[in-house]
Amino acid sequence: MKPAPFDYARPADWSAALALLAAGARPVAGGQSLGPMLNLRVATPEKLADLRHLPGYAGVTQQGGTIRIGAGTTHAAIEDGAVPGRLGAILAGVARRIAYRPVRNRGTIGGSLAHADPAADWVAVLPCFRGEAVVLGPAGERRVKLERFVTGMLATALSPEELLLAVELPALPEAARWGHWKFCRKPGEFSKATACVLAVPGEAPRAVLAALDAPPFVVADASALCAAPEAEAARLVAALDVADPWRAAIARTALRRAAEAAS
Amino acid sequence: MTTASDRPSASEGVNRPHSHASKTGKGVGASLRRKEDARFLHGRGRYVGDIAVPGMLEVAFLRSPVAHARLLGVTKPAGAQDRVFLAADLPEIAPIRAVSALPGFRVSEQTALATGKVRHVGEAIAACLASSRAEAEDLAAACEPEFEVLPAISDMLTARAPGVPLIHEHWAENVFLETRREEDLSDLDAVAAAKVTRVLRTSRQSMAPIEGRGVLAEWDTRLEQLVVTTASQQPHVSKTGIAEALGLDEGQVRVIAPDVGGGFGYKAILLPEELVCCALAMRLQRPVRWLEDRLEQLTANANCREHHYIVTAWADREGRLLGCDVDATVDSGAYSSYPFSACLEAAQIGSIFPGPYILPRFRYHTLSACTNKPPILPYRGVARPGVCYAMETTLDALARQLGLSAEAIRAVNLVPKEAMPYRNLVGKHFDSGDYKEALRRAVALVDVPKVRARQAKGECVGVGLASFCEQGAHGTSVYHGWGMPMVPGFEQAQARFTPDGVLELRVGLHSHGQGLETTLAQVAHEILGVDPARVRLVHGDTALTPYSTGTWGSRAMVMAGGAVAEACRQLGERALTIGAALLQAERGEVELAGGTVRRRGGAGIALEEIARTWYRRPQNLPADVDRGGLDVTAGYRPDPDTGTHSYACHAVVARVDVETGAVTLEDYVVVEDGGVLVNPMIVDGQVLGGTAQGIGTALYEEMPYDAQGQPLAGTLADYLLPGATEVPDIRLDHMETPSPWTRFGQKGIGESGAIGPAGAILNAINDALAPLGAEVFDLPATPARVLAAIEAARR
Repeated sequence: MKPAPFDYARPADWSAALALLAAGARPVAGGQSLGPMLNLRVATPEKLADLRHLPGYAGVTQQGGTIRIGAGTTHAAIEDGAVPGRLGAILAGVARRIAYRPVRNRGTIGGSLAHADPAADWVAVLPCFRGEAVVLGPAGERRVKLERFVTGMLATALSPEELLLAVELPALPEAARWGHWKFCRKPGEFSKATACVLAVPGEAPRAVLAALDAPPFVVADASALCAAPEAEAARLVAALDVADPWRAAIARTALRRAAEAAS
Repeated sequence: MTTASDRPSASEGVNRPHSHASKTGKGVGASLRRKEDARFLHGRGRYVGDIAVPGMLEVAFLRSPVAHARLLGVTKPAGAQDRVFLAADLPEIAPIRAVSALPGFRVSEQTALATGKVRHVGEAIAACLASSRAEAEDLAAACEPEFEVLPAISDMLTARAPGVPLIHEHWAENVFLETRREEDLSDLDAVAAAKVTRVLRTSRQSMAPIEGRGVLAEWDTRLEQLVVTTASQQPHVSKTGIAEALGLDEGQVRVIAPDVGGGFGYKAILLPEELVCCALAMRLQRPVRWLEDRLEQLTANANCREHHYIVTAWADREGRLLGCDVDATVDSGAYSSYPFSACLEAAQIGSIFPGPYILPRFRYHTLSACTNKPPILPYRGVARPGVCYAMETTLDALARQLGLSAEAIRAVNLVPKEAMPYRNLVGKHFDSGDYKEALRRAVALVDVPKVRARQAKGECVGVGLASFCEQGAHGTSVYHGWGMPMVPGFEQAQARFTPDGVLELRVGLHSHGQGLETTLAQVAHEILGVDPARVRLVHGDTALTPYSTGTWGSRAMVMAGGAVAEACRQLGERALTIGAALLQAERGEVELAGGTVRRRGGAGIALEEIARTWYRRPQNLPADVDRGGLDVTAGYRPDPDTGTHSYACHAVVARVDVETGAVTLEDYVVVEDGGVLVNPMIVDGQVLGGTAQGIGTALYEEMPYDAQGQPLAGTLADYLLPGATEVPDIRLDHMETPSPWTRFGQKGIGESGAIGPAGAILNAINDALAPLGAEVFDLPATPARVLAAIEAARR
């Protein structure tokens, strides 16, 4: 299990990073997904562009009601409280349950989102927050709503020449309620169903059901789910046509338990 | 880990024959801290992967991507013809033939590299050499094998289906061996109060020692000797197998097993990869190393366990077993592995199925099916975890039908202590023990009434039991009948004083987690009084140690413990002769005490001084001194050598989430009797580690195959092992009934922990599901299987 030969570059600035991508390099951040794929020779890129040392790649800033999390921010930093306020507490709770601490020490929120494994935690959770992905490409910056960022299995709205710079999420009031439930038989196992529900006072509650080998399923107005979790979870999952009856059962359970926790 | 109750004092049932433990806290019975731990805990162990030598080449194997195919040819990468080796390039390696003398056994020939056909995914086709493993893998990736793909047999139950292809084409059918015991049980239907039939399946597992296999082969031009450093738990058997396969004298092969990161049976096997490295080292006159990676370990090599049972059992109104009819199939894979053969697992099922119970009538049929999967290898407990699972779940099914408790049905069937020693209907010879007491204690330690109260409130929680016994250290009389490449005989140990009075022990078996560097020092201390800190154990090198079949079959502490004790006893006699002369006393006036030879009740002379006299002041030796000096090799075998029987009862409280099928182990109790425990702390570790592995069997570990014979779990993200968060706080209680047949009354216990969990946990799950009318039959009890059982009961 040794990778096939590849070249490695460490761009010093963002234009160098974009130039590498334009030349066909594959971006890598924490390497917690790509590393094993390289070792198994499932991925055989000719060149890797290591983004970790780009200026401003990691770190959290707040401007008004918007919190910006640099794509290179590690799960561990989020777990340890890098994100302020109620949002930070919610994200820390999610981060704490990502694999093991050694994975969290290196893995990044942006790398996980851009890799777009449907079972990944940030893929499942971020669409719940009415936020945006900040994308840098040859034509400059653009923004993509997080619920539209992941488009399929290992597929995103990024073009091969683009990089994920950051995610921007709205700060949350202390009264925001949150439910998050995922099914893993042990830490580190890929989730077999993840659901989350966010209820911000004055707004329609939102829900996401994910980790079903498909892009996350967003319920933009989850009022019905919060009012009648069991029946509505059953209805929503039935509409998704999940082939495996056990996956359907835990998907129902995930939605229901997340809704109950948020209400 | 907590201790459920105080260890029994040296009264009831415990008869420690020596007293040093109590006097010094260092002999037999002392929980001495392990001498080897300092190097392990500081990362100073030395494994094959830590050893690199100048000029070394690394090997990567081109492995078959298909389960069954004719191998039409391999095109080597351009310019690499001399670095890629096929079977035809290495004719000096004879095929591995692990035979059994059992009648009807079909012999497979496993060539070190595929010849003509490939018979499982992962079978080695070519050895690719380079100065680094990564470059060697590049070479393997550039090879172009050509196959004519054949239909694969991936389900053992179809091995004999009409029209299936023959895996070994000169065989009549895809079967290594069938065994049977015939008995007409047709009258039992009329007399039995209960009859149940269960169809049960255990998964194919992959042993997962932290260290995989690894081998470094070098040709020593001075000694004209092949030096093989390999992760082996049976270095001498490896040496014999390598010498035979390469046509060398055994003296031309030296096997060194350095620190080994877990054995579990996997490190007992002679691997084709070892033979290839040896042949290449001789051919190229360069050191050649192969380090197994996790993908190879999971999918190509370390396979084990896969059983299928159809069990029918009859019982009377009190639950007494009237008879059992067992039809067992084991998926033996494509080849018979060396030295245990392809039939050990299935053929053993017949003889161990009765377990710790009195079974009056018994019919069995076992089948070792040949399939397009890697060879099945013996894993801790070998067939016992599957057998225990089948027997224990069947017993609970009978109990439910009769309205009896799980405890009651076991209590009426367990061999009572008054019957010991007891020979059962298939000839197993139990040495000693109070099996019912272990059951009673286990039931008392879990809170059964509380579980029943929670059930009454509608909670999906249950309690499960498993009673079993484990034959260990069984010897010549048991194994000669198998006719395998290896039969254990007298175990030898060498004990000698070095000139400074340090005691050096040499044994041919291997310690890789068992703590033998400590426990054998405790045995020596028991006999000679030498401080364990002044005892060195030499093991893991065939050039330095007496021949041994190695560490397997829960035998090390019984066999090497007995041999070290005997060698030390004889060494003590020689020291007494010298000591008496130095003390100017009669031989009959002196004794060994506290590491000295002393006149009874008088002054003593240190063993160090006696050693110094033999080696450096021989002028002071008496005329009648034993000319063998302070260096003794002694052999030992218990009499009878039919094996010790440790036994245990596992009791589990499990909760089931009926929405997801997830199982949580709330409580886990093990009551274990390993006879006299040489080091109780090490035994605790053995039981805990084995139990964790058994939890894997029960709930997590599964290597699924698709219909084309492709393994579907290639990483530890897919092949789930229990980790610290999945293993509950296991509570241990020990009984210590000495074996009457062993040197200190010790019993083999190394595999025990792994045997009970599947039965106990599945019984707890099924107890929890009983109000729903649901029952789980297949291992592991994954959430999907548990939920499917609940859904099936609802329909």
